[in-house]
Formats: sequence, C-alpha cells, structure tokens
Amino acid sequence: MATDARGLTTEVAVRVRDLHRSFNKDGGVLNGLDLDIAPGEFVALIGRSGTGKSTLLRALAGLDRDVAGHGRITVPEQVSVVFQDSRLLPWKRVLDNVVLGLRGPDAADRGRNALEEVGLAGRERAWPYQLSGGEQQRAALARSLVRQPQLLLADEPFGALDALTRIRMHALLRKLCAAHRPAVLLVTHDVDEAIVLADRVILLDAGVVRTDVRVELTNRVRSDAEFARLRTLLLDELGVDEEARR
Amino acid sequence: MTATLHTPEPQVLDRVDERVVRRRLGPGRRIRFAFWIGPALVLALWSAGSATGVITPAILSAPWDVVVAFEDQWVNHDLLGNILSSLQRAAIGLTLGVVTGAVLAVVSGLSRIGESLIDGPIQIKRSVPTLAVIPLFIAWFGIDQEMKIITIALISLVPIYIHTHNGLRSIDGKYAELAETIGIGRGEFVRHVVLPGALPGFLLGMRFAVTASLLGLVVVEQYNAVAGIGHMITLAEQYGQTDVIVVGLVIYGVFGYCADSAVRLTGRRVLAWRQTLEG
Repeated sequence: MATDARGLTTEVAVRVRDLHRSFNKDGGVLNGLDLDIAPGEFVALIGRSGTGKSTLLRALAGLDRDVAGHGRITVPEQVSVVFQDSRLLPWKRVLDNVVLGLRGPDAADRGRNALEEVGLAGRERAWPYQLSGGEQQRAALARSLVRQPQLLLADEPFGALDALTRIRMHALLRKLCAAHRPAVLLVTHDVDEAIVLADRVILLDAGVVRTDVRVELTNRVRSDAEFARLRTLLLDELGVDEEARR
Repeated sequence: MTATLHTPEPQVLDRVDERVVRRRLGPGRRIRFAFWIGPALVLALWSAGSATGVITPAILSAPWDVVVAFEDQWVNHDLLGNILSSLQRAAIGLTLGVVTGAVLAVVSGLSRIGESLIDGPIQIKRSVPTLAVIPLFIAWFGIDQEMKIITIALISLVPIYIHTHNGLRSIDGKYAELAETIGIGRGEFVRHVVLPGALPGFLLGMRFAVTASLLGLVVVEQYNAVAGIGHMITLAEQYGQTDVIVVGLVIYGVFGYCADSAVRLTGRRVLAWRQTLEG
C-alpha cells in the first residue's frame, strides 16, 4: 500500500525505491531509481543502450543476485518474464513448454486455451524449431500468460522479429493485456512501439527516470497529432536529431 | 495443350520443374540398412581372402570354419549358456555403472560441493587402468560374480559420467534462468531441463559404456569363470583352437555392434527435437 498526494492509500503492483545497481566500482548502472507501476498499468521503458533498462527489468524479475547494489523493490507474487528470445526448451513440444511447471489436473487445458489465445491452436505437438520466430514468441507469451501474472516483464520481446510480424504482435499483446490486465513493464528501444502499446512511457537516462509521460490516445496511429507530439518529445529526450528520425 | 487443359487427367509429364539446387554439403538422406553395409563388406573381404588363400587358417580361420566351430560349440559345449552368462554379467554391470555414473554426473554437475567431492576421484579412477585394479578387487570381493560385476560397472561408469557431466554443463544458462522465472523447483528443473538437456551427452557416453562393458567382460571372465564367452576363449587358447577364439570374437563384435546400433536408434528417436546433420 502506498499513499498518493492527497494522502489516500493506493495499491501499486510495483514499487521501487532508491534502487542502485552497478557492475563495477567505477559507476552505477542504476543510480537511485524510483518507480511505481499501478495494477493493470502498461509501462514502456525506453532509453539508449546502457542506461539500465535491462538491469532494472532483471532486478524486478529477481535475476540479478550476483549484481552489486541496494534499494527496495516490491513486486507481486506472480511475475512472468518474456525474453527477447523465446527460451522455449527445444526438447519439449510447444504445449509442454507452455505448461512447464504448472500444477493441477487442468494444466493441459489451460495451456491449450493459452495457445489458442495467441493463435497457435493446432501447434501443440510441434517442436519449437518447427515454429517461425513470431510463433515462438507467441508461444513464449502463452507460457507467461497461462500463469496469470500480476506483473509481466518483457525485455525487448519483439526485437528479433521482422516489421510485419512485430505489428501483429503489438495488436496481440494489447488484446491479451486488455483481457488479463497484468501490470506490464516492457523494455524497448523503439519509441513508436512504446507509444503504440503503453499507458505510460518512461525514459531512463544514466540510471534514473528522466522522463515519465502518460499516453492518452484514442487512436494509436502514427497520423494522430498527439502521437506525433509524444514521439517528437521522446526522440528529443533520447537525443535523436531531426535528420536521423525521418 | 489448350484442349487437354480441361480434361480431368493431369499432364504430370509435361509439368515443368526447373530448379536451382545447391550442392549438398551435409551427409544427405539416409540409406536403408546402412548399419549393415560396412560389416557385410568386411565379411565379404574376409570370405574372399580365405577362399583365395590370401588369409591362411594360421592367421585367421575362414568364415565357414568359424560357422562349423560355432555349431560345434552350440551343440556340444553349451554356447548359448555361455552367451547368456556373459550377457547377464554385462547387463547387470552396465546397468549399475550407467545408473551410478548418471546420478554422480547430475550431482556433480548441479552442485559445487558435489563437484569437488565427486569429480576428482572419478578423474583419478579414469587414469588408473582397470586391469591393474583387478588384483585388488579380487582381494576385496573374491573371484566370483561380485568382483566381475563391480569391475564392469566401474569401467562403464566413467564414460557415462564424463559425457553426461559435459552434456549437462553445456546446457545454455538461459534455460536455467527461464526455469527460475517460472518458479519451478529443483526436482522439476532436473526432470524438465537438466536431464533432457544432458541426454545427447548421456547417449554418447552410453555408446562408450556399452563397448567398455564388453571390454570388462573379456578381462573378468579370464578369472575363475565357469561360463561365459571369455571363459570359452580362455579354454580355446589353452587348446590352440583359433576357430573357437574367432567364434568368441565374432560374438563380442555382434554384441557390441547391436548394442551400439540400439543406442543410436534410441538416440535418433528421443532426440527428434534436434535439427542436426544426423537427420
């Protein structure tokens, strides 16, 4: 429980306070970062390479046990991670990958439903190598969502996909998040992707939050004036000059 | 052509199929009975050599003489009993060795303490020739079945351990990371990630272990055996029966080859998830 400006208690899915992480003693990757994510909120995290995006995500995922640092992190019970590579176990068929570690007699049915949701019905018995890159990533999404996460962490999940597949995956992810309402932290280097997907875009610089903007768009299309304004704002903050962004 | 276009019969022969096909660099498609072609060729050469007199009986008995000796052993000297006795020894010893080797490899592969306790002694055991240890084993376990099975188990344990350990440690660390994020326990991690991931290594170890167990068999059956192929060879040696020795060798060869083929076929089945040149 946290308190907002009016003194009311509000619930948060993620609370990070004064988070420090460093890989060597010369300089920190995260330098006193604060961040709150509300339940069901979709936050995109952008920033140049080396600004600590992945470090933050791995800290929230609990995957940074060997990294030096301090700070306070609160995350929900159920956290799922989607990586840039699908990380499907190559020796397990798609359905077995999705339900890996799930308990209960209905695990297989839940897995089948999840696969159907991501449009992979009928591929339950396929080996991972038989799927295309986009399909593998959809299976990885199914594996995450079948666990009904309260927080979904995604580290450039579409980074390795081609542009067309990526557009389809954006639509799918928005649909899935609308249906399941997890809090989402999506790391991306793509400003457009961040604006298309997120309720809020956070820009990380030198290990702290530099910009935190709300995306209030009725139509998430590039021709929208607000879209263009946000895009310009964020690209300015990232230091991309006029020439390069055309 | 215009007239035939509407007939239901497809003009398959006229269909154009022009392709640009690259030269294949991998081994290509499988040949039927590929497992038997090489050995059959060796047998053919042996027969031809013996028939033409290039291979004299003093060097190597002719295949047909071996067949006669085989029949003689089968009818008059309980060859089947010898074979079963040897197979039983090898199977029990191999099973013990494989199970122990795999368990030790997993323990040593997944725990640093296990590694420091297990890995060294096994490497030391590996560099000590088994033949040299047998006198000691005789002192410890006597000259009966127990000593023989333990020797075979120890010989086959080493390759299983080495290859399973190596296979396990070669598993991509990102899968362990994934397993951590989906919150499975150590038992499930071993079952779903470690064992299947180490399986290719284990199967390679298995191929070595199978032949190692036969090697152990030959050695231990020279000691106080009353039955077994090694026993039969030892007797034949004393009576100068080269044809009987060759019968024994052929049986060892067939054992080894069949067992190896079985492991490879199993491997092809259970490793269907891989896309390799094995095909």
